[in-house]
Amino acid sequence: MILQIAIGLPFTVATLLAATGRWLPRVAVDALATLTVSALAVLLGVVLAGGDTTVWLGGWGEGVGIPLVADEVSTGLALTVTVVALAALVVSWRYFAEVQAIFHTLVLLFTGAMCAFVLTGDLFDSFVFFELMSVVAYALTGYQSEEPDTVHGALNFGIVNSLGAYFTLMGIGLVYARTGQLGFVAIGRQLHGDHSTMVTVAFALICTGFLVKAAAVPFHFWLADAHAVAPTPVCMLFSGVMVELGVYAVARTYLTSFAGAVPAGAVRVSLITFGSAAALLGGVMCVLQRHIKRLLAYSTISHVGLLLVGVGLLHEDALAGAAWYLAGHAGVKAGLFVGAGALLNRFETVDEHDLHGRGRSMHVAGTIFLLGGMGLAGLPPSGTWAGKALIEESGGHWVLALGVTASALTAGAVLRVWLRVFRGAGPPRPGEAEPSQPDATRHKDAETEFKLSRLPWTMLAPGVLLVLAGLLLGLVPGGVIGRAVEPFTHLPGPAPAPWTVTGVASGALAVVLAFAVAVFGLRGHVPRAALLHRLHSGHVGDYVAWLAAGVTIFGLLLLT
Amino acid sequence: MSPRGRLIVLAFGGTGLAVLFILAALGLPGFGGTSHPYGQRTLPNAVARHTPNVISSINFDQRAFDTLGEELILMASALAAVVILRTVRAEQEDAAGEHSYGPAQVYDALRLTGYLLLPVTLMTGVYIVAHGYLSPGGGFQGGVILGSAIHLIYLSGDYPALARIRPIPVFEAGEALAAGAFVILALGFAGQVTAMNAVVGLEVGCAVVLTLAKFFEQALLVRKQT
Amino acid sequence: MSQLPYLVPGWILLVGIYGIVTSRNLVHAVVCLSVAQSATYVLLLSVGYQRKATAPVFSDIKPTRNVVDPLVQAMTLTDIVVGATVTALLLALTVQVAKRRGTVDPDELRSLEP
Repeated sequence: MILQIAIGLPFTVATLLAATGRWLPRVAVDALATLTVSALAVLLGVVLAGGDTTVWLGGWGEGVGIPLVADEVSTGLALTVTVVALAALVVSWRYFAEVQAIFHTLVLLFTGAMCAFVLTGDLFDSFVFFELMSVVAYALTGYQSEEPDTVHGALNFGIVNSLGAYFTLMGIGLVYARTGQLGFVAIGRQLHGDHSTMVTVAFALICTGFLVKAAAVPFHFWLADAHAVAPTPVCMLFSGVMVELGVYAVARTYLTSFAGAVPAGAVRVSLITFGSAAALLGGVMCVLQRHIKRLLAYSTISHVGLLLVGVGLLHEDALAGAAWYLAGHAGVKAGLFVGAGALLNRFETVDEHDLHGRGRSMHVAGTIFLLGGMGLAGLPPSGTWAGKALIEESGGHWVLALGVTASALTAGAVLRVWLRVFRGAGPPRPGEAEPSQPDATRHKDAETEFKLSRLPWTMLAPGVLLVLAGLLLGLVPGGVIGRAVEPFTHLPGPAPAPWTVTGVASGALAVVLAFAVAVFGLRGHVPRAALLHRLHSGHVGDYVAWLAAGVTIFGLLLLT
Repeated sequence: MSPRGRLIVLAFGGTGLAVLFILAALGLPGFGGTSHPYGQRTLPNAVARHTPNVISSINFDQRAFDTLGEELILMASALAAVVILRTVRAEQEDAAGEHSYGPAQVYDALRLTGYLLLPVTLMTGVYIVAHGYLSPGGGFQGGVILGSAIHLIYLSGDYPALARIRPIPVFEAGEALAAGAFVILALGFAGQVTAMNAVVGLEVGCAVVLTLAKFFEQALLVRKQT
Repeated sequence: MSQLPYLVPGWILLVGIYGIVTSRNLVHAVVCLSVAQSATYVLLLSVGYQRKATAPVFSDIKPTRNVVDPLVQAMTLTDIVVGATVTALLLALTVQVAKRRGTVDPDELRSLEP
């Protein structure tokens, strides 16, 4: 019953807030939402402590019912979601001009949807909750609907993600026709040994929606548009956990349902191709940005690409590494968005050049950027470092090179922002206001109702805590992560240990290279790379054409 | 990208998709065949639980969790309409009374037909909701009819009349509370098909009214501040 | 070729995608998205179809009669509600794009990449 309560709690409170929010004082809304998410975290903690459980909803058994599967990976992921959601709610205490209680309602629905999405053991339900998650995400992205960029970004996000979800549903229809099952495990049982082409196509279609969510290249275009315009607490949830759930869903779908049907070699090649492309393109685009939120968005694409490589290696250590990496990245990235939100609040812009040297007095936000940069680079003992070390260990030299490159590029960009904005380093470039950019992009509203005289602690403390958590996560003993991943993968192995010479060395190398990238970015001119900018055109037709091409590439990689 | 480049990418993707669909279709069981294992398993359960409409039995009993997600999607999108289509700082909202929006000068015959159809349509909606466990229909279909019905007032009268009979806060609260009731029913008491149909009907009806109301406001009342 | 009907949903999906890619109007693009989605309804319903079977409603037929697969119908019902709500939400966003940018032509919308 505890799982049903955990799923029902955020949804029920969300509906209550939606019904009564118009009449409740803001304090009550904040308190109710925060308490609910805290209670959810406690409930999930209890479930996690209790070990693996499967609950059949409504008392219907295997034949027709829907299971909730709480293994250590799914529950741990749900707990991560909840913690980031809690931080996002605390940040938003003093943040918004609130429309009734709709923001809080949507955040609660979002949290509940993500938890239900990871916990459900039914393929069709994962489509339903994927859609719930997406619809809430579109609404949250478009929340500040007076900004032209906001509604445009939200619309691109909505069209591309919904189309991806329909691909997933097509795949589910095909699998249902073939097997007559919808449960992950039941499908896996039916498909075991079924190597027909049709099953592979179904797998490709199902994964399309998840890869769109995970922003694998070339499905990634929506992400930067949406992240750059969404309110800061929402970005924390998007980059910290939502995007990563796409990778989780791919892993789960393959390992639980299709492992016996689609050849591992083909899956490995295709996931690694998509993941590496995202890791590299995301890293390069990240360095090219001056809009800080967009920069962080591209770094998410890059890091989720690495995560996808970790899953795609289909090796138990790499999967444990991916789990570690996910948790560490969630903390660091959500924390960095808190820092970006603080800048936006103070100076009403997140343009790196406009902010040159203006952050000198903001010590806490500066610390967040410095530590966050270290976290993205993978400074030991951060969770990102431990995860990356394991992924590189099981992937060999070229994965090591990929991991170091992606970390150095993304962390370098963040450190460059830290040096330029908070240390005043590099030459100022004040006269660079390009006429092609009307003030809508450069000048943003502060997202708060009225300008606060100073930043309240609630808008910084969650960021510091999240970044610190991400930076220390590598200290969790490897056995815990290894055991957690074992039942999920059915691949037993010895406890993974990131503390190897190569692991520490690659972490240190990435940190050094990141500083080099940062200093180079300050001194030298960042290349213009007009072609790359033109590809990310904001034109929804382009994005959809690339989506179709991506499915084709996926199919080609799987079938040849 | 240029339109030409876009079409080239699409041609590549589209060709690939077409090939993938053909490969998939070849592997499916023959069209119209008799093998539907999951569907077959649900039939005796529906009969045993006295829900002759098997689809209702699946939606509200055997797989009520799907419908829970779906109800919340509906609620979320109605809320999204409220927040996205709100009147923002640079805009103002005209009072509905200032203009007689809608076909105020309609023929008496049309007006009369509208007013006559209103109770009939409402009754049809209630009937379809109430008999959802027995015959095709149920909360969704009935809810849509209920929600659309009151817009007959707009078609045969004017916008202020419509605005008077649908106070937004009431519909907002109704929609949300119905969704909340459904969450509790679906997780704790799945199988109460009639009750679940009723709350779904309420939620869908309210959500339709709410969403349309926001679009009406944008189209008729909200103006850029001068 | 008893598999031929299964190609219809594939065709509908492709038509929808072509519509979005070549669209000159965001309202049209959103509607094309619903066209693409209707492919999923057609696929689900054709998967559940059975010859000489009737609707899975037992109020006026014997429970022993052959009926088509009710599960895909339930899934389609869920899918339709999802589709309708997503369309409403995207149209709401389109209304605001039109108000803020003064155009609904994706070619005329400025890039979001600064």
